[in-house]
Amino acid sequence: MAKATNERRVVSVVVMNESSVLARVTALFAGRGYNIESLTVAPIPGSDMSHITIATNGSTKVIEQITKQLHKLIPVYKVIEHEEMVEKEMVLVKFPIAENLSDISVLCAAYNGGVVNVGKEMIITMVADEPMRIKHFIEAAQRYNPCEIVRGGVVAIER
Amino acid sequence: MQMSGAQMVCEAIIAEGVKTVFGYPGGAIMHVYDEIYKQNGFEHILNRHEQASVHAADGYARATGEVGVAMVTSGPGFTNAVTGLATAYMDSIPMVVISGQVPLSLIGTDGFQEIDAVGISRPCTKHNFLVRTIEELPRVLKEAFYIARSGRPGPVLVDIPKDITVDIGEFAYPESVDIPSYKPTYKGNRRQIEKAVEAIKSAKKPLLYIGGGTVLSNASDLVRELAEKTQIPAVETLMARGVMGAKNPLLLGMLGMHGNYASNMAMSETDLVISLGARFDDRVTGKLSEFAKYADVIHVDIDPANIAKLVDVDYPIVGDVTQVLEKMIPLLDDVNTDRYQAWREILKRYDELHPQSYVDSDEVIKPQWAIERLGELVGVDAIITSDVGQHQMWAAQHYPFDRPRQWINSGGLGTMGFGFPAALGAKRAFPEKTVINITGDGSILMNMQELVTAAEYKIPVINVILNNHFLGMVRQWQTFFYEKRYSETDLTFQPNWKALAEACGGIGYDVTTKEEFDAALKDAIKQDKVCFMNVAVNRFEDVLPMVPAGGALFNMMLPQKKHGEEK
Ligand SMILES: Cc1ncc(C[n+]2csc(CCOP(=O)(O)OP(=O)(O)O)c2C)c(N)n1
Repeated sequence: MAKATNERRVVSVVVMNESSVLARVTALFAGRGYNIESLTVAPIPGSDMSHITIATNGSTKVIEQITKQLHKLIPVYKVIEHEEMVEKEMVLVKFPIAENLSDISVLCAAYNGGVVNVGKEMIITMVADEPMRIKHFIEAAQRYNPCEIVRGGVVAIER
Repeated sequence: MQMSGAQMVCEAIIAEGVKTVFGYPGGAIMHVYDEIYKQNGFEHILNRHEQASVHAADGYARATGEVGVAMVTSGPGFTNAVTGLATAYMDSIPMVVISGQVPLSLIGTDGFQEIDAVGISRPCTKHNFLVRTIEELPRVLKEAFYIARSGRPGPVLVDIPKDITVDIGEFAYPESVDIPSYKPTYKGNRRQIEKAVEAIKSAKKPLLYIGGGTVLSNASDLVRELAEKTQIPAVETLMARGVMGAKNPLLLGMLGMHGNYASNMAMSETDLVISLGARFDDRVTGKLSEFAKYADVIHVDIDPANIAKLVDVDYPIVGDVTQVLEKMIPLLDDVNTDRYQAWREILKRYDELHPQSYVDSDEVIKPQWAIERLGELVGVDAIITSDVGQHQMWAAQHYPFDRPRQWINSGGLGTMGFGFPAALGAKRAFPEKTVINITGDGSILMNMQELVTAAEYKIPVINVILNNHFLGMVRQWQTFFYEKRYSETDLTFQPNWKALAEACGGIGYDVTTKEEFDAALKDAIKQDKVCFMNVAVNRFEDVLPMVPAGGALFNMMLPQKKHGEEK
């Protein structure tokens, strides 16, 4: 029996590089009422294809439909519903320079990141880690009055 | 060979063997029309509305099994075509629609008659293309036809900017297509087929559930062979009428919202559903949790996304029905047909208990009588199209459809206005056959301008208007579910049908008695001219049986029994 409970899933979609392929993928989600939690896309080096990573959620049945419907799109070459994966996400956070910079850099280091830019009034840090750890990092960063947070969306690769 | 984009379009249509194109010109597609004027490889029919052009190409495709082609201009030409695309999409009909687009340099500027055709049509086409260079045009045209007819068929839109139709390029129509990301599965998995065969052999109450996919796959002969060999009873969906043959003793009838008693009971009690090219539409299943509750399910479908979309499937087989049945039938040589004898008898009793019936009248023509009478008079030779409403359901219930592609209707989208233009397409494909559109006084007006097209091109289709002075199907729901508040469904105000047909170059008949019905039909066939047969039927007839939307299939509202029939 299909589970009725919602679960988070990461799906990789390998597509032919065509002008409206991303629109086809996102329109499918919108039109059929599926959720997109995050979406990243970039060309696959040395090929005429791109890799789209979509984090979504839904029941087992919905996820199964998502993969099948994606596969039906003509320019979709491959759909991978990740089971055993390495999943990473990146976040950029801007802090006022007046904050405790050594604390901030220790915090970033604890999450596999560091300071990537220092300006007159701001410093910018970057962290790349598992999505759950990114969430924790952002929570911890609140103490230092971040003025801007930009998350990158997940990328995943099957182990 | 060097030629313009417009010429390439014509050459591709000729290379694909298309004999008739339906369309309507306008600014962005004029270069193509200029080439159409110069060529003689195919004929072009000027419908009087783009929606009708697309439905006509669709009717041509449904009647022949080949790809239908329609051509429209940009902007309003294209938007008028959208209902046609959606209609074909929902029923998986192979079709290529070519639309003009503003020149490349104007795209994105809100140019005159610019509309994002690929954006609008994305959810109602199998695929679509916006052509960007003259170099890719031959390949795009080839792929469009290939995608339309292969795998699960469907409509494909090719949107061509005007400047590309003028550009000159090298034309060599590709012999073959290679789209690495598109490889439909035709052959069913042998292991799965073997398992399904074992399930059939050990079932006690198996049931063949036959859908429109068997028509698309031209699998009718094999389906009949499977039924014959196993003696397993069968039900057809609305889209599959004709597949088993009208007099086939194993055919129980149509199932679903307006299915007959035996069919719906069979589905409710079966222990093994053998689904062939059907997709468990909600109009077929009724309440899903009660649908085939006691059954395992074998699901054969070319589209993996159809399998297990709505019901859990025990034996999924992805493949073309024809290829799957070719493998499956030989494995059933030792099937014991007696095994299902008791089941067949139960179903026979169900059918005797509540046969598909209606109470006829001597005062007024009953719509069901009109359809049965059509069946008696033109029978297997005619092609029947229909619009949407009560008349469509009565046609599906009462006409003796005896072969696939004899019955052409909009099942998935339910598009009023489909029947008449679709009939034009079917008649153009089979000029020697009688083509009758069974329609209602509401639906026919939604594409009545086609009277002019039919008269001009001498396409003598017969429109039998079952005139109940109502939007009958909606009226029926109002009767049952809205306490008879007939909100905006009363069509007492009527055109003069005879005069209307005549004004457009056709013939009109007003029919109020059975004698007049026979006489009008005979005359219509003899006259060989497009006509309206305006048949006055009783206003408040309901389509029965009926399973209220969302109800379980076995909870049917049943017709009154004929007098003297009570047991
Ligand atoms: C384009 C469109 N608009 C509205 C509907 C909703 N609808 C379904 S059946 C029907 C009534 C059809 O009336 P008529 O053609 O007279 O046929 P009858 O039911 O009376 O046989 C309507 C309005 C539809 N199916 N299609």
